[in-house]
Amino acid sequence: MKLTVRIWRQSGPQADGRLVSYAVDEVSPDMSFLEMLDVLNQDLIADGEEPVAFDHDCREGICGSCGVVINGQAHGPERTTSCQLHMRSFRDGDTIDVEPWRAKGFPVVKDLVVDRSALDRIVQAGGYITAPTGSAPDAHATPVPKPDADLAFDNATCIGCGACVAACPNGSAMLFTAAKVTHLSVLPQGQPERARRVLDMVETMDDEGFGGCTNTGECVASCPKGIPFASIATLNREFRKAARSR
Amino acid sequence: MSLTSVNRRPSVLDVVIDAAQRRVGRKRRPAARQFWDSTIGKKIVMAVTGAALLGFVFAHMVGNLKTFFGANDLNAYAHWLRTIGEPVLHYEWFLWIMRAGLVVAVVLHITATVQLVRRDHRARPVRYAHRRPVKATFAVHTMRWGGATLAVFIVWHILDLTVGQVNQDFVAGDPYHNLVADFRVWWVNVIYLVALAMLGLHIDHGFASAARTLGITSVTRERALKVVGRATAIVTTAGFAVVPIAVMTGLVR
Amino acid sequence: MYLNGNALIDAKAPAVPLEKRWDERKFQARLVNPANRRKHRVIVVGTGLAGGSAGATLAEQGYHVIQFCFQDSPRRAHSVAAQGGINAAKNYRNDGDSVYRLFYDTVKGGDFRSRESNVYRLAQVSEQIIDQAVAQGVPFAREYGGLLDTRSFGGVQVQRTFYARGQTGQQLLIGAYQALSRQIDAGNVELHARTEMLDLIVVDGKARGIVARDLITGEITTHLADAVVLASGGYGNVFYLSTNAKGSNATAIWRAHKRGAYFANPCFTQIHPTCIPRSGEHQSKLTLMSESLRNDGRIWVPKRQADTRPPREIPEHERDYYLERQYPSFGNLVPRDIASRAAKNMCDARYGVGPGGLGVYLDFADAIERLGRPAIEARYGNLFDMYQRITAEDPYQVPMRIYPAIHYTMGGLWVDYDLQSTVPGLFVIGEANFSDHGANRLGASALMQGLADGYFVLPATLNDYLGGAKLDTVAPDSDEVVAVETQVRERIQKLMQVNGKRSVDSFHRELGVLMWDHCGMSRNREGLTKALERVPELRAEFWRDVRIPGTATELNQELEKANRVADFLELAELLLIDALHREESCGGHFREEHQTPEGEARRDDERFSYVAAWEYGDQPVLHREELAFEHVHPTQRSYT
Repeated sequence: MKLTVRIWRQSGPQADGRLVSYAVDEVSPDMSFLEMLDVLNQDLIADGEEPVAFDHDCREGICGSCGVVINGQAHGPERTTSCQLHMRSFRDGDTIDVEPWRAKGFPVVKDLVVDRSALDRIVQAGGYITAPTGSAPDAHATPVPKPDADLAFDNATCIGCGACVAACPNGSAMLFTAAKVTHLSVLPQGQPERARRVLDMVETMDDEGFGGCTNTGECVASCPKGIPFASIATLNREFRKAARSR
Repeated sequence: MSLTSVNRRPSVLDVVIDAAQRRVGRKRRPAARQFWDSTIGKKIVMAVTGAALLGFVFAHMVGNLKTFFGANDLNAYAHWLRTIGEPVLHYEWFLWIMRAGLVVAVVLHITATVQLVRRDHRARPVRYAHRRPVKATFAVHTMRWGGATLAVFIVWHILDLTVGQVNQDFVAGDPYHNLVADFRVWWVNVIYLVALAMLGLHIDHGFASAARTLGITSVTRERALKVVGRATAIVTTAGFAVVPIAVMTGLVR
Repeated sequence: MYLNGNALIDAKAPAVPLEKRWDERKFQARLVNPANRRKHRVIVVGTGLAGGSAGATLAEQGYHVIQFCFQDSPRRAHSVAAQGGINAAKNYRNDGDSVYRLFYDTVKGGDFRSRESNVYRLAQVSEQIIDQAVAQGVPFAREYGGLLDTRSFGGVQVQRTFYARGQTGQQLLIGAYQALSRQIDAGNVELHARTEMLDLIVVDGKARGIVARDLITGEITTHLADAVVLASGGYGNVFYLSTNAKGSNATAIWRAHKRGAYFANPCFTQIHPTCIPRSGEHQSKLTLMSESLRNDGRIWVPKRQADTRPPREIPEHERDYYLERQYPSFGNLVPRDIASRAAKNMCDARYGVGPGGLGVYLDFADAIERLGRPAIEARYGNLFDMYQRITAEDPYQVPMRIYPAIHYTMGGLWVDYDLQSTVPGLFVIGEANFSDHGANRLGASALMQGLADGYFVLPATLNDYLGGAKLDTVAPDSDEVVAVETQVRERIQKLMQVNGKRSVDSFHRELGVLMWDHCGMSRNREGLTKALERVPELRAEFWRDVRIPGTATELNQELEKANRVADFLELAELLLIDALHREESCGGHFREEHQTPEGEARRDDERFSYVAAWEYGDQPVLHREELAFEHVHPTQRSYT
């Protein structure tokens, strides 16, 4: 396949960026999207140009490093991560627009690389269960009903890629925060810190400059791990109860 | 030589104070303030006020249907509204209390919206060059300008049928007459029908959205709430719309 | 080729009965007064299961931790990609498991090239890991009664593997990451993300800090401390195509090696039998699918060579279920190295399927018929989805194609019972060390080892070091510190100045092909010698002809790669020397000269029952640590 890709090039955080058009030949439908970018980068290096910077690591859809907006959609047309998107999703001769995540909470570092440390700070504010090493009771001391364990898992599966923020018209990090709050609040081990956790995490989420939720569902549609929309309701409920009990 | 982390040994005090400040920073404000300042708090305010306004609108719609029972019934109903709560309350007091409540709800609803919208715009300072294909429903996209349209409409509506300022043929104390006179004018009907369509869309998304914001939604209730929201939207819109349509078609004169 | 050095002895394990050694060691260990811990700075490099858990635990104990990861967030370290599960000798199943059995299985599985003391401790600590993870909210799979579910896993006949669907590594890592996050918020951990360690600072013979590069600004920074902990993972990417993350690298351990830490058993590399075969030249990495698939899938090839019929059209009697045929008692669950080599033998004999004949079938048709599709979906749904996404084939309808790939490296920096390297104050944990898996790692043991090291072992032994070492303040402008920093700067400058024609990736690919062909699943003298001639040439070409666009004072991913590949080009040579010197077949190291007439590995306990610890030098110096087996007596592994 031969493709035209228009890629956001920005040399640094303060620099102005623009979309630059490149022709990529010899694209195989079995390539992943990032392997297509690899091919482009090899061409650019051969031509003495700077390759396109993009975040990636595991390339199997679990580390959450990669993530670009492809034709206006976070992670592109399939519901997966950019590294697991394959070129068979495109047609010969297509023009593909590639842009970085766009949000105030995610400033651009270079080209397609953004700074997502705000998500880490949301977790630092309370996205944990305090269980110092060595203090744990036997793992079977507290049975957890299977539905609760499954619901916790469904939310814990978030990879922190930030696609929800990128897809949200308000640049909101509600789905990310909701996934963590739901994961921990449904487990018996998460109860003691339940109220403080949600208040602190929401406050940090707001302080980091993310927008509010307008329930458009764009985040859920772009989430590669299928975090349920209902988790946002859970976050709101947890917040409401916690705020009342404060 | 550049040295980001030198061999300075931090004193115990340094670290403790540091951590304490961080915690305090997150906790200092009063509860109500923290609630209102948070995006979720504002959304909850929007949801609660929205629910109150929806309650009023629905009752208003039901009351309007009195039109079909003739001038006496409607006017008597309008009079009764002013006597609610008597003798504890004086004449029209209930109405004024309700009006005050509605004004507060509207003001809160709009204030929270405006603040959140401004926040949302700041949160996405650069737009995507490639416009994203829309996944959300049409109703979602009408919430903001649709809401603004409704605000303008409500002002006009009060001037038209409550105060009578913009009504061609207003007779105080005879709502049936005012209503029928109004809806005989074609462009007034257009304004009402467009506003009603906006109201329907606003309720359709607003209902589901408020349920989610209040945390009522769950995986099992998600569908049911959507259906109830849509049904409420359709019933409310249709219930209001039959009156001008009936006047237009001559069913009510 | 190499020099012989003194024998190496690990004197840290107390001379008491096996079961009491760890308790005794902890009791003997010097302690650090809680009020004084805050004054000790400890550097931890890496935030995977080992590094994340160590950083969190040390900070909880009161140390001031300075932690580094090259990823943008500590949550992304490659432990996240481990799928199958984590072993623990809980015996919740009442199926005859015990600490001793886990110990026994691990020593035997490691083909008798690991230390009994270390492995026994690992088995002991395994129970606490599960408790710890559950307390942190790790959502392990549970049964309807609310208790934890377990399954059996690769080469083991008890159900001791705890799991969280196919994402056990992710869930455990997030548990450690959250514990670390709590300590970051509390101010006890100073996190440097997107910062890569480039050298180790040794002062008066003790590890006292690192030099690192800020990957965003390119700034070279020096960080001083009282001890340095490396938790930087394995070196599988020396093969270019592996299941490791693209960024996984050996730079931290290699630079430490060059500063005096011995490198042990580099030739013990593990091939994972169930990876998705490569689809073409563009392939940038290989994707592993959990070995748990072998619990229900049956592996076969057509009985006819180069059979191109679609799999479903090949009748049952024309299929060769070769593992079930060759190993009747273990069947499809034989250890990884055996399963891998069998697949390679089948493909070499032209029975392979798929592009290039580099693949064998892993068929779920029987399991789906027996258990029903929903049961298979519940067990492997995410793996099936992943396979389908990558290959565009539906594994519910057609058998998967699998092929072995480099997956884990048992070798690593040599450490004693305390996990301390030959440089005092330099501790190495997780995959970065060599300690517990011998010549072959059992499935679901990597997560166990990483967390055992980080949560439980290192925090106890580090106390002993800090409690006893005399540590003077190191001045940032002292000669030792400045010299290391200058060398790092010069090396980067040198890389930038080459300004040649070839991309970093082209060198890395060439190195990978060379290593895979000559030092991959099976090795022989001729191939290894050939590779040993080529690697230095390739390294010289690299330093003559590599092209790195851009500058060193910005985010420059080509420079990052070049730094890592330069180290792989050096490490590859040591790996080849080690493989050449070890004239036996054991675990992941299969020498074609040393096999039984049936083609099975032939170990040589007379000559090679030792750990080969290499000291850096113009010619590497071999130090042997003899292994003693008092409890598990070496037998030729037999899975038939």
